Amino acid sequence: MFTLFKDTLVSQVVTLWKVFAKILVKADTVQYPEEQPYMFPRWRGRIILSRDPDGEERCVACNLCAVACPVDCIALQKTEDEEGRWYPEFFRINFSRCIMCGFCEEACPTNAIQLTPDFEMAEYVRQDMVWEKEDLLISGTGKYHDYSFYNVCGKKIGGKDKGEAQNEAVPVNVRSLLP
Amino acid sequence: MTWEVGSPLSIISILAVVIVVAAMLIWVERRLLSFWQERLGPNRVGYFGLLQVVADMIKIFYKEDWIPPFADKFGFVLAPAIIMMVILLSFAVVPFAPGVGVIDSNIGVLFMLAMASLGAYSVMLGGLSSNNKYALLGALRATAQMVSYEVFMGISLLGVVALSGSFNLREIVLAQQDGWYVIPQFVGFVIFLIAGIAESHRLPFDIPEAEQEICAGYHTEYSGMKFGMFFVGEYLGLVLISSLITVLFFGGWLGPAFLPPIIWFSIKVFCFIGFFILLRAAVPRPRYDQLMSYGWLVLLPISLINLLVTAAIILSMQ
Amino acid sequence: MIILFYLAGAVALISTVAVILQSNIVHALIYLILSLLAVAVVFYTLGAPFAAVLEAIVYAGAIMVLFLFVIMMLNLGKFSVDQEKSWTSGRVMLVPAIMSAILLAQLINVLRNYEHSIDVVEVGVLEVSALLFGPYVLAVELASILLLAGLVSAYHLAKK
Ligand code: SF4
Ligand code: SF4
Repeated sequence: MFTLFKDTLVSQVVTLWKVFAKILVKADTVQYPEEQPYMFPRWRGRIILSRDPDGEERCVACNLCAVACPVDCIALQKTEDEEGRWYPEFFRINFSRCIMCGFCEEACPTNAIQLTPDFEMAEYVRQDMVWEKEDLLISGTGKYHDYSFYNVCGKKIGGKDKGEAQNEAVPVNVRSLLP
Repeated sequence: MTWEVGSPLSIISILAVVIVVAAMLIWVERRLLSFWQERLGPNRVGYFGLLQVVADMIKIFYKEDWIPPFADKFGFVLAPAIIMMVILLSFAVVPFAPGVGVIDSNIGVLFMLAMASLGAYSVMLGGLSSNNKYALLGALRATAQMVSYEVFMGISLLGVVALSGSFNLREIVLAQQDGWYVIPQFVGFVIFLIAGIAESHRLPFDIPEAEQEICAGYHTEYSGMKFGMFFVGEYLGLVLISSLITVLFFGGWLGPAFLPPIIWFSIKVFCFIGFFILLRAAVPRPRYDQLMSYGWLVLLPISLINLLVTAAIILSMQ
Repeated sequence: MIILFYLAGAVALISTVAVILQSNIVHALIYLILSLLAVAVVFYTLGAPFAAVLEAIVYAGAIMVLFLFVIMMLNLGKFSVDQEKSWTSGRVMLVPAIMSAILLAQLINVLRNYEHSIDVVEVGVLEVSALLFGPYVLAVELASILLLAGLVSAYHLAKK
């Protein structure tokens, strides 16, 4: 009898009191537009295209991000300048489809495409959700400051010949017999 | 224009105040709930979000007023009107303060019970004419719940009626000058409170509209202003039950003289409204069969014994 | 008061006729409830507020709720509406209509020869209770024994 009383009535009253006492507890709510929440650096938000430390576009138009994208919202076209550098002729992300999964960032071999902690991307016109390369490209290096793809890869471009990259051995002259 | 029971000034101001308070309760409830859940609640529209109700009303007016083609139009339109009408009529007998009230009726308590029993039709018709399984389930539950808890509500009141010797709510208030009835009739008060929650199907007894089980129960098919009428009707019922508890068990407008009677009445009513909202925040919903068996096997015997004991004590005191 | 009386009487009559003519059973029940409420108003105007409220609580508020409850469970669809329509069509209704017309004529005839004006004597709750527990106490006790039996059996059923 007593346990029944304790389990039913007393526990209800205790619940009521505990919930009532919450009125003194400070609310957890962040008053968003006035009070900006702290966004963690690795938050997966608005996508940017970064540049390497020399100020050149990092993207080499390899299409890996477009392939990795689960919702197929990246479209790009490769082109090449006279020095042999590859870069995208256009680079288009349809943010109304993007699910901010970050797979493109994982796939990119050049750290060009990066997700940033910005999430305020709402638009009134749906067409405005499609971002072109001019909108995506920033002038900085993003999250990775020293990395420059052409400095580590073996590709020959203007001002850098074969074998001049970091950790790269000078090409072997296959026509010579010397070791 | 004077403050008399039944004067036009009295009637119009009661109607206006009751409806405005019921609408504002939407905001009060949301804010109180959020305080108890460590949130802030609607605080954007106007000071402290006071105009949230206006925004909600504008929104609800612009919603499509949709009657499903498979519904029975007659009952579908009638149902929300019934609940508003019945509850507003019940306010006619509530004594707000000396001189503030609509009628001073000798059968006030009975009239209130009659209106409460008619309120069941709104829910029944709404569910039945929606022609929808969830709505029908909600209506079935609501009917059984309301018809059963009406019984306990009536019986729990009778102790108060026996003590005061009158069905007139005004006389019941005046009879409490020497002490509120909550002390001699504590059991009756608890039963009336529980039955009142069940009658107005508020949480934790919102079994007819249990969202997690049956969509929105009897008003699943309702939208626009018709839904709004059900919604405001629910809050009107909340105000009504709180006022009745105040009148029957907590001395109505009686209180120390430094505040006018109507203020005392409002303070008491708002305490109970707050308590109902606290119940909503804290207590989980029982199962349907638990509710029914609890009512018939626990509340009914207790309320009958309470009536019997009260009557015996009154007889022996004479 | 007298206007209210006739108004309520008219509502009661019209809604009762509507109960018979309605083919949708739910609508018919709503009209029946309306009729009962109108009768309650008639009681009130005749000076019996207690009887009026009891009519509203017991008949309109409890018994009709149970009627509607049963209808709700039966799931009567379009078929029953059609059946009801065919039953309330001209030829079927002819004989009952004639018979009730004869009854109505007789009733009117009786009422015409019976001169009586309504003199309203208010019978409050106290008077009714004094009567119930005075001269009619035996009937009340019998009824309460019946109710007790019903209560005990309901308790037994609910416990099972
Ligand atoms: S974040 Fe995901 S969805 Fe968005 S562009 Fe990158 S891969 Fe596609
Ligand atoms: S962003 Fe990266 S993965 Fe995508 S095309 Fe450019 S280099 Fe390749």
